[in-house]
Amino acid sequence: MDELTALLASTIRNATPLAFAALGGLFSERSGVINIGLEGMMLISAFAGVAGAQGSGSTVFGLLVALAVGLLFGLVHAVASITFEADQIISGIAINLLALGGTGLLMVLFFGSGGTSPRIEPFSRIDIPLLADIPIVGAIFSQSVLVYLLYALVPITWWVLYRSRFGLRLRAVGEVPEAVDTAGVNVFRLRYIGVGLSGMLAGLGGAFLSMSLLSAFTEGMTNGRGFIALAALIFGRWNPVGAFAAALLFGFAQAVVFRGGIGFTVPQEFIEMFPYLLVIVALVGFGGRAVPPAASGQPYRKE
Amino acid sequence: MLEMRGVTKAFGSTVANDSIDLELRKGEIHGLLGENGAGKSTLVKILYGLYKADEGEIYIDGEPAGITTPSDAVDRGIGMVHQHFMLVPTLSVAENVVLGAEPGQGPRLDIAAAERAVRDLSERYGLRVDPTANVGHLSVGVQQRVEVLKTLYRDARILVLDEPTAVLTPQETDELFTVLRGFVDEGLSIILITHKLGELLGVSDRITVIRDGKVVDTVVTSETDEAELARLMVGREVVLQVAKEDVEAGDVRMEASDLIVDGASGEAVSGVGLEIRSGEILGVAGVDGNGQVELAEALAGVRQPRSGRIELAGEDVTALDSAAMRARGLAYVPEDRGGKGLVGEFTLAENFVLKTYRRSMFSKIGWLLRNAIRAFARRRIDAFDVRPPNPQASAASLSGGNQQKVIVARELAGEPDVLIANQPTRGVDVGAIEFIHGQLLEQRERGAAILLISLELDEIRQLADRIAVMYDGRIVGEIDAADATDEQLGLWMAGRGGPDEDQPTGDDRVRS
Repeated sequence: MDELTALLASTIRNATPLAFAALGGLFSERSGVINIGLEGMMLISAFAGVAGAQGSGSTVFGLLVALAVGLLFGLVHAVASITFEADQIISGIAINLLALGGTGLLMVLFFGSGGTSPRIEPFSRIDIPLLADIPIVGAIFSQSVLVYLLYALVPITWWVLYRSRFGLRLRAVGEVPEAVDTAGVNVFRLRYIGVGLSGMLAGLGGAFLSMSLLSAFTEGMTNGRGFIALAALIFGRWNPVGAFAAALLFGFAQAVVFRGGIGFTVPQEFIEMFPYLLVIVALVGFGGRAVPPAASGQPYRKE
Repeated sequence: MLEMRGVTKAFGSTVANDSIDLELRKGEIHGLLGENGAGKSTLVKILYGLYKADEGEIYIDGEPAGITTPSDAVDRGIGMVHQHFMLVPTLSVAENVVLGAEPGQGPRLDIAAAERAVRDLSERYGLRVDPTANVGHLSVGVQQRVEVLKTLYRDARILVLDEPTAVLTPQETDELFTVLRGFVDEGLSIILITHKLGELLGVSDRITVIRDGKVVDTVVTSETDEAELARLMVGREVVLQVAKEDVEAGDVRMEASDLIVDGASGEAVSGVGLEIRSGEILGVAGVDGNGQVELAEALAGVRQPRSGRIELAGEDVTALDSAAMRARGLAYVPEDRGGKGLVGEFTLAENFVLKTYRRSMFSKIGWLLRNAIRAFARRRIDAFDVRPPNPQASAASLSGGNQQKVIVARELAGEPDVLIANQPTRGVDVGAIEFIHGQLLEQRERGAAILLISLELDEIRQLADRIAVMYDGRIVGEIDAADATDEQLGLWMAGRGGPDEDQPTGDDRVRS
């Protein structure tokens, strides 16, 4: 019983950063901009959150810094790929490399050495009265405040995408930007908003890693989560609910690894490969043909 | 109602519009006629705010229109149906119609109100369409209705249609024109762009003819005829009828049976059988996207069919690639000259030997014989009157008509036994069309077996000896050209009246 509760709690904790980043990827790719820079945006924001919290003594302030830095990196990607029509893959790789090298350098500048930062006060766990007391399922309602934010963001994102004006335009601009342009809507503005939101959401994912899951920044701590989030987005068919479900699946795989394996003896390295293998199997095996937004990857150029 | 005065627009050194005057009266259908590249599309793109004119003014109801963006144009009551539809296939009809001017409070999108608005408009104007249908599943004719509804939803008073009939069957064209006449009765004014002069005579009130970016004349439709319009459009007398010799069809040169071919999104050709005889042109008509491209590519050896059999002069060639097909006397003119026919950055000489450079006359032990290649290119350029007559010019620098001549010149160089030509005259000027038609007929008289695929029904009817109509990956009807009528062919093009008449057509979700 306790074991199951712990596994469920761990699944949610591991899925949360993936889900935040996947929702971020959704806003970017639905607008027609591929964002493989999610990994870097998560990493730099994970650092920014800790640095902000250290500097001010306030965890909430740290979170705001993380969001701002996520937005900033999102806008860097937007400027490169929307305004200057750079290759979106290259721009994303550049952001990942910049975040990796940049956080290493900033660690030395801010904290005097690389490796792991000093500890901060993390976001505390909040038990929802009554609900948290339910056996096993209670684990869903005994989480960090950021997890509850995620619970809210999934339906909100769904509503924005399918029930709002902005969502209709966003869905259209990722498919046929010319149709949006001739309808009198600014394509560039829509895409900037999409990619900007993407950076902020990836930033939330990064902040969760360093300020809730752990309580310090460690170099390279995202460890491929940005890419797994992309896989969750694809596996979830660019749909917020689907992406969240896929993130839970991948989070479950990680939880199994962290909780010491699957019951029989295999080398530890194989167990650690498991989440990534699952990503591949999910994408090629059960995914069927995933069709991305038609215009993703292509810069829009007005005649 | 609308007046354009002295509108001029240049792209680099090419003047697309040279001081154009156009006047649209309230409640008229005004035809804008001109060849491909005459500057019609440029002019209406300026009107719609997609291009900025270098000079000239636009007045609506006597006032300067001040249009710099498409939303300005929409605000001034101009609606445009683009040649390439501006529709999002993954969205519903209602979502497409309201995009950019959505009903609802605050950030909320009221999709029920959008569907109601579309239903009201479609009933009022007789444009039948299901507001909840997914646009990607609709036939082109219905998609066009959605485009028209978009403009009506935005209260357009001036409607501009850019080549609206290019994608329609003859019946759909008639239906569209009936709807347009209804619009005029409701007080709308319409600019109808086309390069097909025949259809303008039936529907328009006045016609402005544009040639080389200049207005040649504006005529009253009831006071003109096809010959005069053709002369104005081309600038010289045009032979409207092609002189076709009687040629006795000979042996079967190419035969295909039960061909099933996959395209980019699933099965595109679903069991086609055909035979082409020496000395005949088999015309394949049909609306774009019904499997013509995949069929041509399979026959040419460019695309491997999933199943079925292809024979060249009795030999099973189903598994062969395009080079092997070429070696057996097959030539192929693809539909996309820039993407599949030519390498734009290469010189004309290089393009002429793209498929034959390995032959001993053009290369020795891996070295290209540049002089021989250039001499060969020069001979072909002379024979086909390619301009400029320079083998070292890059293919991309040529006009569409001359690029097409280069491809046809290359493909016909080996005197092929079988020629597969997919839309050989798409988007080229009348001079090049006449020339290419002449070449096709010459090959036919020489005894070649020719498969001519075209979206232009007139072209098929002029050149072909037999006409097959493709719909949804199948040949739904075949008839001798002499017995064919536009009505019969049009029915087949719409997937009706064929052998599978009882089957639902699936993608034509019209509510009737």
